Amino acid sequence: MLRYTEYPPRGYRVRVSTYWWTGRRAYLRFILRELSSIFVAWFVLETLFQINALAGGPSAYSDFEQFLRNPVVIASNVISFLFVLFHAVTWFNLSPKAMAVRLGGKRVPAALIAGPNYVAWVLISAGVAWLILRG
Amino acid sequence: MAEQIALEITRYSPERDKTPSMEEFEVPLRKEWVVLDALNYIKDKVDGSLSFRWSCRMGVCGSCGMMVNGEPKLTCATFLNDYAPGPIRVEPLKNFPVMRDLIVEISDFLAKLSKVKPWLIRKKEKPISEGEYLQTPEELDSYRQFSMCINCLLCYAACPVYGLDPLFAGPAALALAQRYNMDSRDEGKSERLDVLSQHDGIWGCTFVGECTQVCPKHVDPAGAIQQYKLTAAQEWVKSLLMPWGGK
Repeated sequence: MLRYTEYPPRGYRVRVSTYWWTGRRAYLRFILRELSSIFVAWFVLETLFQINALAGGPSAYSDFEQFLRNPVVIASNVISFLFVLFHAVTWFNLSPKAMAVRLGGKRVPAALIAGPNYVAWVLISAGVAWLILRG
Repeated sequence: MAEQIALEITRYSPERDKTPSMEEFEVPLRKEWVVLDALNYIKDKVDGSLSFRWSCRMGVCGSCGMMVNGEPKLTCATFLNDYAPGPIRVEPLKNFPVMRDLIVEISDFLAKLSKVKPWLIRKKEKPISEGEYLQTPEELDSYRQFSMCINCLLCYAACPVYGLDPLFAGPAALALAQRYNMDSRDEGKSERLDVLSQHDGIWGCTFVGECTQVCPKHVDPAGAIQQYKLTAAQEWVKSLLMPWGGK
């Protein structure tokens, strides 16, 4: 029997380029999806800073608001928001792949798995918006 | 003279060349011809030294997978006409060592495949006199899609994780493991768990999803791997809650 080595010495090997993800649109989309986690983390940090400022009293909070008015922060928040949207949409769309729910011998269609995620997203967002904007 | 189309084909001879190079061939552009027909035309009429794998010519054997214009394709199902006026670039499958021209070394995959034990495992075989292991159509349906795999390795060529980390078990091996895990006649889930749930198993997969896109048999390896991630996570929680043996 052919002896197996983890790296077969035979044959010509091509090294994968560092920029492999530029070669295909699907690869680029994947890298952007992975990259979006950095922007999610940025929002988490920002929220933690906000809570910290809130605990620090009115002057600390107004300093934090001043920080948020900085054009660089506004721009990075807009970019982060777009990435978080991309993150959420791609995540919800992938969920039916991971969950093969079978009912009555048939696989539940993808829309029925992804759909409730979107509904919950809209409802929770509306709830949060109501909490913040009610006055 | 009939219409022609140009093929740029990877040539590599380990005895002669340091690196592969491209060679151009002109072949007749016939509407019923696939890339494999063009390769056979070249081998028969132009250059008998051109080497490539093929067998059934009808998408069953899984031998003729190559990169066609950068996409992993079964060359027996890829029509020249779809690439007219050409040229068509034909290269060996990506992510595998090239042995000669369009032939790649696949023993790495074969070893990984046998590691996941892609066969029915029974704790105790019942005697033949008791008959077959029966299965309902619903039970068959739950794994049928994953059983369509023909080991053509297009998914490995599409998988950047496998390209970057050759130790990754890869899409087809994992999908086939899941095919047996979901078979109602199988009792080997726990034997496969240790191989599948390690870093080089399912957790190596970052869900790029291209394996599913290129699969000529619609196996959906990406789906199989994500589904197994769910199972493995549940098994992990179970082993935490019941360390004395939840298997």
